[in-house]
Amino acid sequence: MKRLSRAHLLWIAVAVVAAAAVLPFWLSAYLLGVLTAAYYFGVFAMAWDLLFGFAGEVNFGPTFLIGVGAYAAGILNSVLHWPMVLCIVAGAVAAVIGGLLMALPALRLRGPYFGVITLVAVLLLQYAIVIFAGITGGEIGMTVPDVLSIDANVNYWYALAFLVVCAVILYTLSRSALGLILQATGQDAIEAQALGFNVTKHKIAAFCVSALFSGVAGAMLVFYMGTASVDTVISIAIDVQVIIAAVLGGRRTILGSILGAVFLILANELLRPIGQLNTFVVAAIALAVILFFPDGLLGHALRAGERE
Amino acid sequence: MSGPTRLEIRGLTKRFGGLVAVNDIAFDLRANEIMGLIGPNGSGKSTVMKLIMGIERPTTGTIKLDGIDIARWPSHRIARAGVGIVFQHSRPLHRQTVLENIKLALLPDSLLRLAVDPGVDERARAIAERVELGDVMDRHPSTLPFAYLRRMEMAKAIARDPGVVLLDEPFAGLTAAEVAAFSKLIRSFRVENRAVLLVDHNVKGVAALVDRVLAMYLGERVAEGTAEEVMRDETVRRVYIGGKIEATTQRGRVAAGTAPLLDVADVSVLYGKAQALDRVNVQVREGEFVSIVGLNGAGKTTLFNAISGLVPYGGTISFGGRSLAGTSAATIARGGIVQCPETRELFGDMSVRENLDLGGQHLAKDARAAQLAWLFELFPILNERQSQAARTLSGGEQQMLAIARALMMRPKLLVLDEPTLGLAPVILEQLSKAMEQLRRTTPITVLLGEQNVTFALPHADRVYVLEHTRIVWEGDPLRFAKEMGTGYL
Repeated sequence: MKRLSRAHLLWIAVAVVAAAAVLPFWLSAYLLGVLTAAYYFGVFAMAWDLLFGFAGEVNFGPTFLIGVGAYAAGILNSVLHWPMVLCIVAGAVAAVIGGLLMALPALRLRGPYFGVITLVAVLLLQYAIVIFAGITGGEIGMTVPDVLSIDANVNYWYALAFLVVCAVILYTLSRSALGLILQATGQDAIEAQALGFNVTKHKIAAFCVSALFSGVAGAMLVFYMGTASVDTVISIAIDVQVIIAAVLGGRRTILGSILGAVFLILANELLRPIGQLNTFVVAAIALAVILFFPDGLLGHALRAGERE
Repeated sequence: MSGPTRLEIRGLTKRFGGLVAVNDIAFDLRANEIMGLIGPNGSGKSTVMKLIMGIERPTTGTIKLDGIDIARWPSHRIARAGVGIVFQHSRPLHRQTVLENIKLALLPDSLLRLAVDPGVDERARAIAERVELGDVMDRHPSTLPFAYLRRMEMAKAIARDPGVVLLDEPFAGLTAAEVAAFSKLIRSFRVENRAVLLVDHNVKGVAALVDRVLAMYLGERVAEGTAEEVMRDETVRRVYIGGKIEATTQRGRVAAGTAPLLDVADVSVLYGKAQALDRVNVQVREGEFVSIVGLNGAGKTTLFNAISGLVPYGGTISFGGRSLAGTSAATIARGGIVQCPETRELFGDMSVRENLDLGGQHLAKDARAAQLAWLFELFPILNERQSQAARTLSGGEQQMLAIARALMMRPKLLVLDEPTLGLAPVILEQLSKAMEQLRRTTPITVLLGEQNVTFALPHADRVYVLEHTRIVWEGDPLRFAKEMGTGYL
């Protein structure tokens, strides 16, 4: 791949956003729907990359944070009839609190245990939703009375705007002093401490930020689809897709996650004609990319630029 | 000459379960002073450094920094209080430039200050110039030589202007010229009123730099004084060399003219960017017993790993006249070079007998039985412990088992890496006897790596001295006692 510097990246990003904004004038409602979902997925993956790529913590349970945000918003809307905006805010708060409850004990553990705990958290949440089927809708899922919009174009623009805002915030954060400290923490926690940084504090902060964005995105997704179900926001299959999207796009790039998410969701949809095989083919492609470009799609391009 | 006391350590003790890693260590470190903390592997010197930095918590004792007890504080607080450390292994941020790496060390420990202060840039540049990285500060670490990376770590450690600087094996992986330049840099800290604590394997490497040396062994203080005093100290000599240097007469079993079985020619090894071996030449002839002596960290294990095909190297290694380049480790082992590693690598949960059987896996049944019988004669203790789990053996017995297992493979060349590591003197004697018997009764060729000269010399036909990645001396054991006896430490 050719050189790709960060300055180029900005202009490319502006051009891509502009192009994406006018897509509704060409694309079918079906394709727009696919892209809309992909954009929410992009936010999930970016939030995950902040935690894995920067803080160095492998969170195997991104859907725990997403699911808590989604269901909190959904329940408040359907049961207590809170207004939608308030529900989204509440979903974000719930995700952060849920994330803290999980992270505080988990971050004390070393090695792979953090990852294991995050994975268990997803299963716990899944069971909890099935057990409290009375208010959560259980395995069938729940329907929320409010939706973002019934117009596919408007929904698409909402998702795009949300994605761009999240991308700008998360990317800026990753390039800030905090991002630098987080990277140092993720690479060598002992050295980061010896340089005078409170590693636990920074990791928890990263976790909160990741939870916040996951929660908001989860809540927005519920109000886009009008439903919340285990299969769409919590199941391990979704969990794995978020992780693959981030790794595919490129660890520690934030923006690469969007590429990964769009690729993954689009490929899954476009290959639907080949039936059962489609998930297999998409997984194989993802595996090949990770094997041959371990830095991911965007990571590989950026790396090539750095080596010059 | 020295300034006020910066660091005051009293009764410092660290236990890991039943193991006492550091036992009642006490010392003062003054401003303008450079002190060396030395000891062989496992002596507890690195643990002392970690205790000071707060990476490990002391079991008992006080660590006072400028009069305030910082023992049991978290690392980041200790760092902010004025202690900087340079780790031996560091992982710089590869996506950032050298300057950005230095800036990192200058950032506040705050979640809210997202923008970097404008003053930080200026300071980082000044520090880069200070450690002579001015020309390369906009480059990425991965494009720089190892010595520059060490300088960068140094820059990070002094960025916050600490009163105390801890250096963990600062010279590891550097060439002689780089060591000199680096020493100059460390010496310049004196003028800046800092107190410096160097941790290293041996006195010799740091002698020219330090004002004072504290030698440790098995967690205890064994000697303290100037570098010369410590090098002359009887206990220190015993710890490092294993007592008096003696040599028996040369055997001359092997004619000097024969072609070498193992020929290591101009072999260099790099770990990342660190130089671990520098153009080493070693020859072992058939039937010869060759000892390579050198202190921990000199490069013995690296050399053996290169021979066994476990690390990539430059230069050539040939065995029996054929180059080993491109041969896998497994093929090399089957070809007759069997290494008995420093770490022993026994299968702890298997019995002694199972470990030995595994070693003799490729032998025919009767050949295996014969080999076993011979080994039990060589190491009678293993015969008694046949059914015991290897894990439950004592250190000495484990070492014997490791050697026996290697011998089960019927090596043409047996490579023994520091068999005496961590063994008590009585065990050494048993091991020494087994070596002698091995040498007398079999035509086996042995390459032995040792720090303990007393153990390495009596059996050797020839001796090489490996010092800081290079072979610095070669000759017979008698000449070693005369020429190297005093200069080794």
